[in-house]
Amino acid sequence: MSEQTSFNIEQFYKHINQGKLMGGKCKRCGEIHLPPRPLCAKCFSKDFEWVDVPQRGKLLSYTIIHVAPPQFQQMVPYAVGIIQLERGLKIPGMIRDVEHEKIRIGMKLAINFDTSAVQSQWPQWPRYYFKPC
Amino acid sequence: MKGKPLVSIISAGLSKFGKLEGLYAREIFAEAAKEAYDRCPNLDPKKDVKALFVGHMGEAYEHQGHTGATVADWAGLLHIPATRTENACASSGAALRAGIFAVLSGLCEVVMVGGVEKMTHRTTPEVTEFLAMASDFPFEQWHGITFPGLYALMATAHMHKYGTTEEQLAMVAVKNHHNGFLNPKAHMQREITLEKALSSRVIAWPLKLYDCSLITDGASCLIIAKPEIAKKYTDMPVHIIGSGQASDSIGLYERESLTSLIAAKIAAKQAYDMAGVKAGEIDIAEVHDCFTIAEIIAYEDLGFCKVGEGGKLIGSGETRLEGRLPVNTSGGLKSKGHPVGATGTAQAYELYLQLTEQAEKRQVKDTKMGLAHNVGGSGATATVHIFKRGV
Repeated sequence: MSEQTSFNIEQFYKHINQGKLMGGKCKRCGEIHLPPRPLCAKCFSKDFEWVDVPQRGKLLSYTIIHVAPPQFQQMVPYAVGIIQLERGLKIPGMIRDVEHEKIRIGMKLAINFDTSAVQSQWPQWPRYYFKPC
Repeated sequence: MKGKPLVSIISAGLSKFGKLEGLYAREIFAEAAKEAYDRCPNLDPKKDVKALFVGHMGEAYEHQGHTGATVADWAGLLHIPATRTENACASSGAALRAGIFAVLSGLCEVVMVGGVEKMTHRTTPEVTEFLAMASDFPFEQWHGITFPGLYALMATAHMHKYGTTEEQLAMVAVKNHHNGFLNPKAHMQREITLEKALSSRVIAWPLKLYDCSLITDGASCLIIAKPEIAKKYTDMPVHIIGSGQASDSIGLYERESLTSLIAAKIAAKQAYDMAGVKAGEIDIAEVHDCFTIAEIIAYEDLGFCKVGEGGKLIGSGETRLEGRLPVNTSGGLKSKGHPVGATGTAQAYELYLQLTEQAEKRQVKDTKMGLAHNVGGSGATATVHIFKRGV
């Protein structure tokens, strides 16, 4: 498959590795999928183009995790939330660089990219997180 | 056609729920099966039971997949067609539905449906990781969002939008622990106070330890039959008159709402329509209280109260054992326990006991119509079933 047709999660994370937040826009109906998908869930088209997704948004909801799976245990307590980006797209992620007591629904957040901890084994995905802006 | 029995429950069984040290899933399932056989002396299991559907979420716990054949053998049903259904915490709600399809197809007259999970031999971080597998891996699990974390996101949103309070969440726990205290098979047969619930340690704020269901071992099963032949086996059948199931996006973040489970609303509408029953006609319900907020959202999704008033409903006391609409008389997932694969048919087991007046200390008087609401993951699957007393 050529890179142009790889509208999938693997390619989404390759973009994150390059510091880009990109979605797949359906050329037929205009729906933007974040994460990108190979088949448009609205019109079943397979014809997409990459579009930059706004990197800022507002916090829809959040929680502070105190009990985590083994790979996150050393980070507790940490905050995660669901962020509504400027064009109505939604994405979950960690919220960092802010005191937990100051986190509020509706606060403005921007995405940041953390490619420092990419593993050699599957999944070789970087991470992103949100912080106040 | 509305309200016509789809299938009839002729027997049911439940293992003890709890920390069943030294027992494997298949052995726990055999305990539930034995109770179902004993309750129905007219049933010849080897001759009559024509298929088994069993809900089981995780092979990671015991390093054991292929659950259908395994538990069929241990239940003494070697060679019958046996199939595992996996829909996370709604695995046995889906098994029940598969059993209903098998009976309605005309291929089988008597079917066993059930579920099982063995969890307590693993550490809490391990169980946290295994349960999270029911959520989206690339965007939720990958970024450290746990299963309690997903329901905490719903709780924060519900509190923000409707003014629901941490006290109201804790009231769900207090109510369900009271019911579980009266259930000899419940995992945690202990009353708790509001203060104790509110001061317990934080798991995923605003959810605290007592807002979360238990890590439990257990199994449940039902024997369902074609309604026309149910009387051959029992004088006290319970009919299933409505069945609904729906799905939604695996990621909570992709869904239309953070304060309602659309899949549960669709499944409920299907079940109510099929049964020809309105929410107000339900006398008793078992709802999926994997976290206290889930019970409050369930009240709203099932039409037991207006949208946004779930917190008010728990505060009113109407869903207590002696209230207008008792909810989770078994103790719910909260106090009876939540062996995930077993939960859907364990809810049906409780309604079977209540509707046949065998629920002893927690028996609710004059119940005719019951409802079970079983949710998978953070709401990507939901099943709703409506039960009616047969005599």
